[in-house]
Amino acid sequence: MPTKPEPSTAVESDARPTLMDIRDLRVHYELRGSALARLLGGGGATVKAVDGVNLALRRGEVLGLVGESGSGKTTLGRALLGLVPATAGHITYGGQDLAELNQRQLRPMRRRLQMVFQDPHAALNPSMDISTAVAHPLRIHGLVGSRAEGRARAAEAIERVGLVPAEQFLDKLPVELSGGQKQRAVIARAIICGPELLVADEPISMLDMSVRAKILELMLELRADLDLTYVYITHDLATAKFFCDRVAIMYMGRIVEIGPTDEIFADPKHPYTQALLRAVPDPDPERQVPRDLPRGEIADAAAPPHGCSFHPRCPYAFEPCGWEARDLRAMFERRWTELGEEVWERESALVGELDEIEGYQEQVRLKVGDRAPELVSLLDEARAHDPDEPLWRGVESIDSDDGTVTVRFRAGVDPALGPAGNIDVACHLHNPELRPK
Amino acid sequence: MTASVLSVRDLRVWYGTERGPVRAVDGVSFDLRPGETLGLVGESGCGKSTLGRGVLGLLPRGAKLDGEVGYQGRNLVTATPREVQLLRGPDLGLIFQEPLTRLNPLLRVSEHFEETLRTHEPGLSKEQIQHRGIEVLRAMGIPPTRYRAYPHEFSGGMRQRIMIALALVLRPSFVVADEPTTALDVLVEAQIISILGDLRRNFDTALLFITHNLGIVAEACDRVAVMYAGRIVEQGPVTEVFARPQHPYTRELLRSTISLATTGLHYIPGAPPDLVEPPSGCRFHPRCPSAMRVCPERFPEPVVVGPQTVECWLHGPDGLIPADGRDPLVREEITVADEA
Repeated sequence: MPTKPEPSTAVESDARPTLMDIRDLRVHYELRGSALARLLGGGGATVKAVDGVNLALRRGEVLGLVGESGSGKTTLGRALLGLVPATAGHITYGGQDLAELNQRQLRPMRRRLQMVFQDPHAALNPSMDISTAVAHPLRIHGLVGSRAEGRARAAEAIERVGLVPAEQFLDKLPVELSGGQKQRAVIARAIICGPELLVADEPISMLDMSVRAKILELMLELRADLDLTYVYITHDLATAKFFCDRVAIMYMGRIVEIGPTDEIFADPKHPYTQALLRAVPDPDPERQVPRDLPRGEIADAAAPPHGCSFHPRCPYAFEPCGWEARDLRAMFERRWTELGEEVWERESALVGELDEIEGYQEQVRLKVGDRAPELVSLLDEARAHDPDEPLWRGVESIDSDDGTVTVRFRAGVDPALGPAGNIDVACHLHNPELRPK
Repeated sequence: MTASVLSVRDLRVWYGTERGPVRAVDGVSFDLRPGETLGLVGESGCGKSTLGRGVLGLLPRGAKLDGEVGYQGRNLVTATPREVQLLRGPDLGLIFQEPLTRLNPLLRVSEHFEETLRTHEPGLSKEQIQHRGIEVLRAMGIPPTRYRAYPHEFSGGMRQRIMIALALVLRPSFVVADEPTTALDVLVEAQIISILGDLRRNFDTALLFITHNLGIVAEACDRVAVMYAGRIVEQGPVTEVFARPQHPYTRELLRSTISLATTGLHYIPGAPPDLVEPPSGCRFHPRCPSAMRVCPERFPEPVVVGPQTVECWLHGPDGLIPADGRDPLVREEITVADEA
């Protein structure tokens, strides 16, 4: 039974040369607004899929990019190979900046930079037999002279990934292979040009439990034999823990925590990482722990929360985390969910429509006329009902003036990655200047 | 002990194909008590989804259902389609895997509830419908302010909560949840599992929870049934089955699962069998590390081992095993070429 490779100590891994250096990488997508908004030249929002990532990929390591859907982990992985254009920033590899190159210039680089896709059923052309598919990169890059040579090289690669004897597989179509066999063929295709870096995007998440370990084992073998570096993109913390030397936890386009796998899993620093680890279901009934889960879900990427993106869900959020008008709306929604229809009908008549509150507003002005005192006392009551609600730490003042109630929030600060031991974390709780005394 | 809500005996579901019948579910028996959650776990193609659909009479044309599904003194297998149709909704519920495709994008959430409740409880007034809808959505953690929103205004996790609310608003006594969290992120998955846990405490709904994730079974279920190649090979209380698995397949599946405690890789060699021509005898014998000479020859009998029921010759009954039946089985090595 293969066991986990010895984790390299921080000193050793720091000594490893850098394979790829990523500086302030941004990948933004413009969303089209309505036709009218486009005519008037406004409208379209921007989704910041990757929003300022700094990362030094070390030769020979397995780096995990871990996050939920919408965290930007797949976009980041693709950007590393130039499969999505970078909006800004630099990807330094082999003395060149991949972010500056056009598709033609990138093509020769792709011999060294390859990708393993999530869905092996979709990653293979259904009408192309396995030998043609696996040898395809060789043809594209002009690395083989003849079909026979391509076939021989394909046979070699297929055997290398464990599909033995290769003759049994060369002429098969993808439909004749099982999921695990297809994923092996996809890996064979990825290694046939002799790459240095493999970006593996959820390579085992579509496979059955009993097969996953086999593919991970194969990837570990290939890393040792072919001197590969992996970027392993996953939402599965358990495989990341087993497979990766370092992990980067991503949330809404940013790395919120990065460090050696062992240390992050033993002592996660960011409240989001802590929540993710608590949420992993464990098959051992003896290890069940009561959960306090963060509320809500990942926010709309086109309108990310102000300050720390995680603050609306964070149980430890405090003054500088970026409180804003939307958080007040969310507080009322939670209150009405808890207290029921009658309270909702009564109070929503007073509070009015909160739907217009969008984007970042550091204060809310509620025009309620002569019912202003009522609304102020409602806010007081809501606070008394749930004093531990982090939102109240972010409320600076509630004023009533001339029929308008104004709720002001404290100024938010964007958290930057900073050191906490061997781990880098983007959270004000670990910032000595900001954290609560 | 309370009477079962649902009692399944020797259920078989066969699909017709050109190569012959696929025995997707082949002689399955289990019981569900009120408020109990039974986890049905297995790898893809083991028949777990087919079993869930078969119990509700929701099988495609060309499928043949046989055996007994006892519900309130009736056998749903022999009941007319009309009778089963009337039970689906108020008595038997289904929560699908993909919440993204199961809500009508042109209807508001409120209209989904109106349609459901008008169909099954025609006497309700508009106010009563709104009240019922809002109450059940609140139990799922969805604010009343969103009652009139459209499905696209919700995230995937919220839509799954709405699906669960739609199934529960009719207060069925039995619900099949077919991989309800598979398409969701880990935090949302955990939220939904805790909601489902509240439900069985508050609504007394019996739940058949179909999943491939053993961690979720440990988290969310009272009992577990492990399926392999159309059979339930082991069933019992979750804590017992996971702590002391009695069937080699359960044991190997647990060892193969990568969890946060995993320190070494393990897998089951070979692949699940073709259900048109399943292996003779015990269907797991070609992959079983403990296989004996009796295993390919005779079909194993269900044996009670402690609180579990297991179909494996390792547990006897001794009277049925021939003289040299306990000798190790000699067979060809399994190569990657045969793997899944």
